[in-house]
Amino acid sequence: MELLFASGVGVLTAVGVYLCLRARTFPVVLGLSFLSYAVNLFLFASGRLVVARPPIVGPAAPGYTDPLPQALVLTAIVISFGMTALVVVLALRGFLEAGTDHVDGREPDREGRS
Amino acid sequence: MNLALVTLLPFLGAVLPPLVIRSGRNVCAVTTGSVTALALALLLIEAPAVIRGEIVRTSLPWLPQAGLEARFFLDGFGFFFAFLILAIGLLIIVYARFYLSRQDPMGRFYAFLLLFQGAMLGIVLSDNVVLLVVFWELTSLASFLLIGYWRHLPEGRQGARMALIVTGAGGLALLAGLLLLAEVAGSYDLATILGKGEAVRGSPLYLPILLLVLAGAFTKSAQFPFHFWLPHAMAAPTPVSAYLHSATMVKAGLFLLGRLWPVLAGTEAWFLIVSGTGLLTMLIAAWIAIFKDDLKGLLAFSTVSHLGLVTMLFGLGTGSAALAAVFHVLNHATFKAALFMTAGIVDHEAGTRDARRLGGLLRLMPITGSLAIVASLAMAGVIPLNGFLSKEMMLEEVLHTVWWETERLFPLMAVAAASCSVAYSFRYVVHVFLGPVRDDYPHRPHDPPAGMWLPVAILVVAVVLLGILAEPIAGPLVRLAAAAVTAGAAPPTVLKLWHGVTPALVASGIATLLGLVMLAAFAPLARLRASVRRPEAKRMFEATVDAVARAAGRASGAIHDERLQRMVAWALLAVLVVGLFTGRAGIGPGERPGLPLAPLAVLLWAGALAAALAVAAFHRQRLLALIVTSVVGLIVSLTFVWFSAPDLALTQLSVEIVTTVLLLLALNWLPAESPRESSALRRGRDALVAAAAGLAVSVLLYAILTTDFALPSISAYHLAESKPGGGGTNVVNVILVDFRGYDTLGEIIVLGIAALAIFAVLDSTFRGAAAERLRTWSHGPEAADRHPMMLVVATRIMLPLALVVGVYIFLRGHNQPGGGFIAGLVVGVALIVQYMASGWAWARARTRIDYHALIGFGVFVATATGVGSWLFDRPFLTSSYGYLHLPLVGEVELATALFFDLGVFSTVVGVVMLVLANLARVSARVEPQPSTGPAMDSVPGPTEPAAAGAAVADAPAPQGA
Repeated sequence: MELLFASGVGVLTAVGVYLCLRARTFPVVLGLSFLSYAVNLFLFASGRLVVARPPIVGPAAPGYTDPLPQALVLTAIVISFGMTALVVVLALRGFLEAGTDHVDGREPDREGRS
Repeated sequence: MNLALVTLLPFLGAVLPPLVIRSGRNVCAVTTGSVTALALALLLIEAPAVIRGEIVRTSLPWLPQAGLEARFFLDGFGFFFAFLILAIGLLIIVYARFYLSRQDPMGRFYAFLLLFQGAMLGIVLSDNVVLLVVFWELTSLASFLLIGYWRHLPEGRQGARMALIVTGAGGLALLAGLLLLAEVAGSYDLATILGKGEAVRGSPLYLPILLLVLAGAFTKSAQFPFHFWLPHAMAAPTPVSAYLHSATMVKAGLFLLGRLWPVLAGTEAWFLIVSGTGLLTMLIAAWIAIFKDDLKGLLAFSTVSHLGLVTMLFGLGTGSAALAAVFHVLNHATFKAALFMTAGIVDHEAGTRDARRLGGLLRLMPITGSLAIVASLAMAGVIPLNGFLSKEMMLEEVLHTVWWETERLFPLMAVAAASCSVAYSFRYVVHVFLGPVRDDYPHRPHDPPAGMWLPVAILVVAVVLLGILAEPIAGPLVRLAAAAVTAGAAPPTVLKLWHGVTPALVASGIATLLGLVMLAAFAPLARLRASVRRPEAKRMFEATVDAVARAAGRASGAIHDERLQRMVAWALLAVLVVGLFTGRAGIGPGERPGLPLAPLAVLLWAGALAAALAVAAFHRQRLLALIVTSVVGLIVSLTFVWFSAPDLALTQLSVEIVTTVLLLLALNWLPAESPRESSALRRGRDALVAAAAGLAVSVLLYAILTTDFALPSISAYHLAESKPGGGGTNVVNVILVDFRGYDTLGEIIVLGIAALAIFAVLDSTFRGAAAERLRTWSHGPEAADRHPMMLVVATRIMLPLALVVGVYIFLRGHNQPGGGFIAGLVVGVALIVQYMASGWAWARARTRIDYHALIGFGVFVATATGVGSWLFDRPFLTSSYGYLHLPLVGEVELATALFFDLGVFSTVVGVVMLVLANLARVSARVEPQPSTGPAMDSVPGPTEPAAAGAAVADAPAPQGA
């Protein structure tokens, strides 16, 4: 299971990085979303993978997983939302302002230089 | 405490002048003067203890564990300097009141001056070497502000920059040197370091320490070859030149030489470098000073020369030389400050300070003239003035100095410098004040108001008294300071005017004669000097700065070429390389037993993988990519469910919905497809980088997952204390609102700020180029039914249900999965769906909540909850709780944390709504007049207002039409 988890996060990272290297703003925003998934999962996993031990205190609970990474990741998810929102709005405004959604703010010339 | 107050008073007082300047310039000057006088009084309170030979200390702990304390100490040497700084400061403040014209912003001037004063006091009173450097750099900053005080003068700005670069760079070298010194001595306390002289001098790091410290001292005190900044600093108003650039700040380097004398002096390297540099500076600057026609330029080079003299004396390394050095610091401060002020008066009254256009001023301004002549004679070292005494002591020391096995070098050069000094001193007298009265002065010169010449007169009286009555007035103070410098090695020299006919007196006489001869031959000498090409320091400095700037521009231009893709790729590669480098020791799987593989998990994994790769492959079709991305997000939230994190799953799910809505709204404008423009090579390269990054993350994560915690987790405490301490069983929520509530508070503030930034970016879309594009927007095909009836009905029925769910999730959050964040997102989604289904105008007309205010309310409630615990004398954000039984809902925790969570909830709702509603609002502006009518409101009904269909109108619909 650990291998599955680690490889999955790796793939999310790779896709995120690939999309961040694209030339248009929208794929970059999606790439940032993927990187957020990967980073949040990574941080979450620093508490190690535990099944069926939610950190809800109760007399019948057989045990608990580490609650601290969860608390940190919960805020991280919400902050990621704030960041994605800001980036996408900036991308939008940049497009309306410059008339192109190329990440360099201008259309590339013939030699492929932007 | 007292001592720290002496330093802090000018800093605190620096806010006063700009405030009280409204009450007039006199009030402003008196206020500034009172601050300095108060600091002086506080200093003098300590005088008896210092005279008894005690060392006064004050310590304000900051991070005592790391040895960081604001420590101050006062011994004879520190007292000597602090007294000079405050006493001369007081005279300068009076002088500046009359020097500055009505147009000059006096409040700013006095504020900078006090800032400088505090920083300078900090240097001489610091007991901690790091603190000393901080104050050291603060004086450089204050000097920068004061040199550039007349912002409209280009010379002022250039001079300010040059001074800042030279002294600031020196300050960095000093910091490095002092850190090394502290490392070797094993302490950051100056008092402790001063006792470790043997160890420091024996250390292999001694030479680097010495060179770095000297770089700091020599740049600050304008020693050759760093002397060039000081003359350019003369673009400052004259009170600044008198105070900073002759009497005090430039002496900070000398202070440092004296302060570290017990640790660094006494070696061959110290002797050769310090005394050699001092002597060279003394001679070169004195020679240049003769030919400066600008009076302030003449005085500036003469200052450099005298600084060289003191440096040389410290460099000789003997106790008697150190005593002479201390005495000359005092003498120079008195006569040079006086001379600068007279130069300022001449400039002020005659309209020029060019020696070639002056002469005969003694008849026109007798008071100023007489004072200037006495001070000049002191500078020349004429008996019986104070300059004579210290010059004699200097010559006495030099006459038997053997430097690099040469016996004659020092005496000859010193006498040459002394004769140059006589020449420029007499030139200041002869070419400015003597000679015939001219009729072509720019202004008609006359003596200034008493406020301007009185400070000069006080200093000149000191000049005379320090000459005639040196021993009773200054003897004890100078010996006290010298004893502190030399750790008691200074001989108990008695300051005497007449020693009989000694070799030093003979040398002094020769120098005076030579100087007069040089002045007599001034014109041919000046022609001779003008015929020789000389290196121009300013041009060299500017060329160097330009070259460095160009090199830096090229270096950053090579990496930062304004092409984002390439820059991001480089940054990623750099991270990978660093990761490989740090991970070269080997990262491998650990011993922790793994979880068994579940078939469903494999299925989810495969689904996520396929979805992610599909997004990478088809990202150019944006809508498709977005939808598939949200599938990945769903699988991520299922992952959280699987691994015991219900709160995270709920959060991820609701965030996923909000984000998708957001991106859909954005796609409304952005092109639906990305053009195919990357070459196969570029795509291959990017895929390689991406694969490497993914692999690295996988390896690292696998290593972490299969390794046990190295240290016991602090979570055990959170789990144990959650119920008894925080009153909740959902530990994650208790951590958020209680244990780490401070983090959460910071986070919602960040979130609020992000939302406001988004609002600002969107709100200004209606202006400028973006607005033009919006107006001429060409629309794609519109949906036939823009507000489908089914959707409208469903969302409106769902709204109250969703709100109830939100409240429920909120209330139970402290004990079961839920809480403010999740409830806020759920409510946000419920509301935003109304916008989607029924249109922006419809929803907006029915919303009475201002989302800005909601964000503010949330942050306010959360903060107020935290502050509330102060009322009960507990630390910020301490929570307390009780129970409340609500019908149907059950037992509800009524913790103060609930109010905090309410703040979180409000902020999150506000943020989500502000962002999405504003995006939708931009859409509403662009959308053409709807052909099918907005939603179902166009049909008059008993419950819905009939005319509410104005999708473009912001005004609320008239009720019951």
